[in-house]
Amino acid sequence: MKLNEEQQAMLDGSRGAVMAKIMKTLVMYGDAFDAERMVPVTSRYGHTVISFGLGVMDPVYDLYDEILSAGILPEQKFTADPKPLDPKVPSGPLEDLVFKKLMYNRQERYEQQLKKLGITKDEDYTCACYLELVGNAPQKGDVLSWAESSAVVYANSVLGARCNRNSGILEMMGSIAGFVPEFGLLTEEGRKADWVVEVRCEKKPEAQLLGSAIGMKVMEEVPYIKGLDAWLGTELNDSAKAYLKDFGAATASNGAVGLYHIENLTPEAVELGESLIKPDAKVYVIDDAELERVHREYPVIWKNPDANPQLAFVGCPHLSLQQLTDWARAVLKGLEANGRKRVAVPTVFTAPVPVIREYEKTIYAWPLKKAGVVISYICPLMYMNNPLCKSKAVITSSNKLRTYTSAKYCTDSEILDIITGGAK
Amino acid sequence: MKIFQGRVVVPGTVTAEALVSHGGFNTLASYQMALQFGDLKAMGKDTEVACGDQNNPELYKKPMMGKALCLPQTIGSTTGGMILFTACALGKQPACMLFSKPIDSLAASGAILGDVWTDAVMPVVDQLGDEFLEYVKTGMSISVKENGIVEVHDS
Repeated sequence: MKLNEEQQAMLDGSRGAVMAKIMKTLVMYGDAFDAERMVPVTSRYGHTVISFGLGVMDPVYDLYDEILSAGILPEQKFTADPKPLDPKVPSGPLEDLVFKKLMYNRQERYEQQLKKLGITKDEDYTCACYLELVGNAPQKGDVLSWAESSAVVYANSVLGARCNRNSGILEMMGSIAGFVPEFGLLTEEGRKADWVVEVRCEKKPEAQLLGSAIGMKVMEEVPYIKGLDAWLGTELNDSAKAYLKDFGAATASNGAVGLYHIENLTPEAVELGESLIKPDAKVYVIDDAELERVHREYPVIWKNPDANPQLAFVGCPHLSLQQLTDWARAVLKGLEANGRKRVAVPTVFTAPVPVIREYEKTIYAWPLKKAGVVISYICPLMYMNNPLCKSKAVITSSNKLRTYTSAKYCTDSEILDIITGGAK
Repeated sequence: MKIFQGRVVVPGTVTAEALVSHGGFNTLASYQMALQFGDLKAMGKDTEVACGDQNNPELYKKPMMGKALCLPQTIGSTTGGMILFTACALGKQPACMLFSKPIDSLAASGAILGDVWTDAVMPVVDQLGDEFLEYVKTGMSISVKENGIVEVHDS
């Protein structure tokens, strides 16, 4: 890699030993992918995937202490993934003990570090930082040093920004240095499609299932998806963006997709069309039967696979305002149709704080609260990351949550039926 | 014995028993279970860091620590590199990571963070080719050399 004078000096220790180690990390990272140079980070804000103070992760917080002690701060402020705890979310005394004393017992320490490092605001803990109400939406062509698989794939695909699937810690180092190695999704060639995916479904495919199927097939490669515009239209409106948010999260958790193109819809596909497709691209055809196969093969690891659900989580990634109000409206309508006043299963909808604030101004907020639905800024994945949840029958319409925890996947309509008491 | 030539990402030599995943290795899902009770047991004294990835039947519940992890690439959450770094910092890392394909950005992040910021030794070799993953079986003995040569012993 060719470093400029300033970068070489940093590597040689001109800004101290800790900065030299940060530089060495970034250079080795670039060398692993044959990067030829560093390019400036141009987005206004960064985003970090690390939002939790887990006892076992002390080496991470020690590393950040080392950086802070050297007087080093990122060149840009940043948002962070959702917090792991929210007192509003149902939990028993034993869970509270496990969460606070055994698992997230470094939360306070870490949040103090994030304040020093430059988190934008204390409420800016969300995986959906790119939502308009949160305000960390990069411009097309911006170079990012982000981590959080669902945010990276959204920024690349829907916003047309440029970001590799960086790991936690590495993303902070890019924000500190102000530049990142140029490879992969930062290059024109790296953004070309290795796959053509033909969607031939007779009904609108579930975003989470479609993303899961594609992720498992293409792994880290770039798919160019045809036929989805028939269901989503050709305008990137709120509905299309919400669908792509959930779809992308599934491609990134069941695979390692960092960028996808949707024909006639996402910015680069609209601009460049099929010229984005590599000549030797492979083809994957998806129909309803293929999606049913993917769904059928999801393992259910509940102790009793036929147990009645005890908790429902919706919103991984966090819900947009439109999604939240759509869910609220649907739940209230379903409860009325089923002659119920309260939800049949304790239910948590998760969303960013600024989205919750706007939602609480709507006519749905109070009746939904009365119906027993909790609206939280929590990270459901972090909440479920403990052995006690293994014995809890949790349902979710998030493929990402299903992938990483014992939660069972249900489609949105199945979840709605269950929580409104309409399921047979 | 069969010999494969790869590219060195993190140098080092080691001999260890193979643990093979033909599907992508989901780092977060794999370490999730091991991380749950971190300071007590998780990456701790009496466990061997069992794989918690329910979607990976080849590895699920098998010990990963000290094994020669043979895989195509890693997948999943971008916490992956941070988790590998933590495993290295706590001395609970695999003996080595051997990739049939070019290494992915998350595994590279973790391996490099482990190399630069901890004392752990975890050689990483990539681009060993599809034949490597077709040949190697869990339980085989593997020797990694400095120059990216990987020897797979049949017994």
